[in-house]
Amino acid sequence: MKTANRIRAAFAALAFGAALALTPASAQAPVNPTASAVKEEQLLKELDRVTGRVSIPDRKAGVVIQPEGREFRALQTRAMPWVAIVAIFGMLALIAAFYLYRGRIMIDSGKSGMTIKRFGGFDRVVHWTTAVSFLTLAATGLNTAFGRSLLLPLMGEHAFAAWAEFAKMVHNYVAFAFMAGIVAMFVMWVKDNIFQMIDMEWIRSFGGLFSHQHPPSSRFNFGEKWMFWSIIFLGAAISATGLMLLFPFQWAGIQGMQWATLIHGVVGVVFFAAILAHIYIGTLGMEGAFDAMGSGRVDVNWAKEHHSVWAEEELRKQTPQPADGRLAAPAE
Amino acid sequence: MARVKFLCDADRCIECNACVTACKNEHEVPWGINRRRVVTINDGKPGERSVSMACMHCTDAPCAAVCPVNCFQTTADGIVLHSKELCIGCGYCFYACPFGAPQYPKVTNFGSRGKMDKCTYCAGGPDDKPGKAEYERYGANRLAEGKLPICAEMCSTKALLAGDGEIIAQIYKERVLKRGYGSGAWGWQTAYRETVAL
Repeated sequence: MKTANRIRAAFAALAFGAALALTPASAQAPVNPTASAVKEEQLLKELDRVTGRVSIPDRKAGVVIQPEGREFRALQTRAMPWVAIVAIFGMLALIAAFYLYRGRIMIDSGKSGMTIKRFGGFDRVVHWTTAVSFLTLAATGLNTAFGRSLLLPLMGEHAFAAWAEFAKMVHNYVAFAFMAGIVAMFVMWVKDNIFQMIDMEWIRSFGGLFSHQHPPSSRFNFGEKWMFWSIIFLGAAISATGLMLLFPFQWAGIQGMQWATLIHGVVGVVFFAAILAHIYIGTLGMEGAFDAMGSGRVDVNWAKEHHSVWAEEELRKQTPQPADGRLAAPAE
Repeated sequence: MARVKFLCDADRCIECNACVTACKNEHEVPWGINRRRVVTINDGKPGERSVSMACMHCTDAPCAAVCPVNCFQTTADGIVLHSKELCIGCGYCFYACPFGAPQYPKVTNFGSRGKMDKCTYCAGGPDDKPGKAEYERYGANRLAEGKLPICAEMCSTKALLAGDGEIIAQIYKERVLKRGYGSGAWGWQTAYRETVAL
C-alpha cells in the first residue's frame, strides 16, 4: 500500500510539474489583444495594399485599400497629357520643319501619264476601313482623354456628357473594325514587308529624304516597312489593352486594369503621331503617292523613282495604261 | 462647416455585416451592388481584424480627378457625390479609387456598364431635390432629414463611426487611451492624407 501511494504521489507531482511547464507565459501576463493584430501601416509597407476575405462573391472587393490608385491618377491626369502634347505637337513640328526644308517631294522626271496597278480593290477597302476607323477611334479617344479640359467648358456639362457617352460607344464598337483591318493588313502585306538587303541602301541615304537620291526598293521601301511594322506592333498593343478595357477584370486585376488604361492612352497618342506622318507623306508630302490608295494605280515614273525594283518587275507583268483613259483602265 | 468622415474601429468590428445589410435595405441597392462591404484581414489567424469599407469621401478625390466628364463634386461637408445624369460608365473611377468603392450595374458588356453607383454618405445625389426621383437614383437622403449614415447608426458594436471628422477622431482616441490599444484608423492616411495621432 505504502509503495503504491508513493508511486501515485510521484505521478501526481510529475503531472503537476508538466502542467506548469506547459502553461503559456501569456496566461499570467495581462491580456494584450493587439500583440499579434494586423496593423494597416505595416501591411501597406509590406504589400502596398491591404487585402482580405470578403463574403460577397466578387474577388476584387477583397482589396480594401490600394493606395496605388493615387499613382494611377497622377499618371493619368498629369503625365499622360504631357506625353500626348509632346508626341502630337512634336510630330506636327517635325512635319512642318521637313516641309519647309524639302517642300513637296515631286516626281523628278515629271508625270509620264501612264499608270500601273499598285493596290487592288480589296487592299484599298482594307486600308480605308482601317484608316477611317482609326481616325474615328483617335477622335473619340482624344475626347475621352482631353474633352473634359477642352470641350466641356464650351459645351456645358450635360451636352458634353451626352456626347462623351456616344463617343465612348462609338469607340467601343468601331474598335472591332479597326482590329479586323490590322489583321487583314498584316496578312496581305507581311510578305512584302520583310527586311531585305536592298533596304540597307535606303537606310544609308535615309531614303533620300535629305539628299534627293532615290535608293532602289522593292514593292515597299524601308520607310514603308518601318510604318507597316509600327502599325502592326502599335496596333497589337492598342488592341490588346483595348480588349482588356472592353472586358474589365476578365484577364487582369485592379493593377492590370490601371496599366492597361495607361498603356492604351500612351500607345494611342504615339500611334496618332505616327499616323500624322503617314498621312503627310501620303498626301501633301509627295506627288503621286496618294494615287496608290486612291485609284490604286500609280504613275510609271513615280514607281520607277520610289520603287525601282518593283516597277521593273511589274512592267514585265502588266502594260501601263494612260492615266486619263478611264475607259481603258476602269478603277476596280 | 464640419468635414464629415468615416472611421472603422477594427478592434471593435465583429464582421456582423449589419452595416452592409442596413445600407442595402435603406437605399434599395440593386442585386450585385455593394456600396459597403466588410473585409476580414488575416482571416482565421491570430490577430485577424475586420474593416467595414465604403467610399471614404477622400480629400482631393482621385475618382473626381480621372473622371472624363467631371461628374463628381465635393459638398461643403466634404462628401464626394457623383451625378448619374453625367456618368458615362467608363470605369476610370474604379481604377483610381483606393477603396474599391465605385460599383457598376453591368460588368462585362463591351464597356457599357451603366451608371456608376457608390456610397453617398446617405446624402442623395447632386442633381435632384430630395424626393422620389432622387431616391430611385441615389437612395435615401438621410442627411437632408438631419440623420447620419445608416451604416454607422446601425453598427452593433459602434465600431463604425460617421460624422464630423474631428469628433469621431476624438472618440476613437479616447477609446484607444482607455483600452490601451488600437490598430489605427484604417484608410485615413490614404483618404485624408492624415491619420489619428495616438
